[in-house]
Amino acid sequence: MPEEIKAGCARPTGGPVGEAPERTAPAGTGPVKEEKGMIKVGGKAPDFTAPAYLGGKFVQVKLSDYLGKWVVLCFYPGDFTFV
Amino acid sequence: MSVDSVFVHKMWNDHELTKMVSGGVPFAMLSDGGGRVGSVYGVYDQDAGVEMRGRFIIDPDGVIQGYEVLTPPVGRNVDETIRQIQAFQVVRNSKGTEATPSGWKPGKMTLKPGPDLVGKVWEVWKTSMAFD
Repeated sequence: MPEEIKAGCARPTGGPVGEAPERTAPAGTGPVKEEKGMIKVGGKAPDFTAPAYLGGKFVQVKLSDYLGKWVVLCFYPGDFTFV
Repeated sequence: MSVDSVFVHKMWNDHELTKMVSGGVPFAMLSDGGGRVGSVYGVYDQDAGVEMRGRFIIDPDGVIQGYEVLTPPVGRNVDETIRQIQAFQVVRNSKGTEATPSGWKPGKMTLKPGPDLVGKVWEVWKTSMAFD
């Protein structure tokens, strides 16, 4: 499923996929209301692509490629952290 | 997923994690440089420049069924994550006709919400069942 990335010197990148959430109101329309794209249970998981290390290879992973499966997405502070 | 590059992921897996898990990490170690994905999920700590310990359960339709976010010093409980997935699977397989009460785990009774159950939960479910 994930596509292998050709080895190169550039550091692979990814990011959110699809339209960015509206963040600020246009200037001069009163107080700026910060619209925080809060995650909601029962709502769609925002799609993204991300480079990954998997089974000895560097691959590009897209969340929506996993539709049809249960996915656990875990964030953590950093490699070599302790817990 | 962390803000580390895939190169650092490889080093961590090959030099430390393979000593904990035979064969290394069996799933994708995702890289989120700049915390762009973490920001969308609300777990990127801009001041520290790292992601918090966020865990999201996403169902086969791409819907977030649950999440948990902890500050860095406290780790998660994998058994609890698996229990929650099992509970969501039971609910999904029943097409929403069954619900899993507090403390449910596989083998324990589910509830069938409906008019007949209103005011009658106390008859079928005891508080001791909230605990293992």
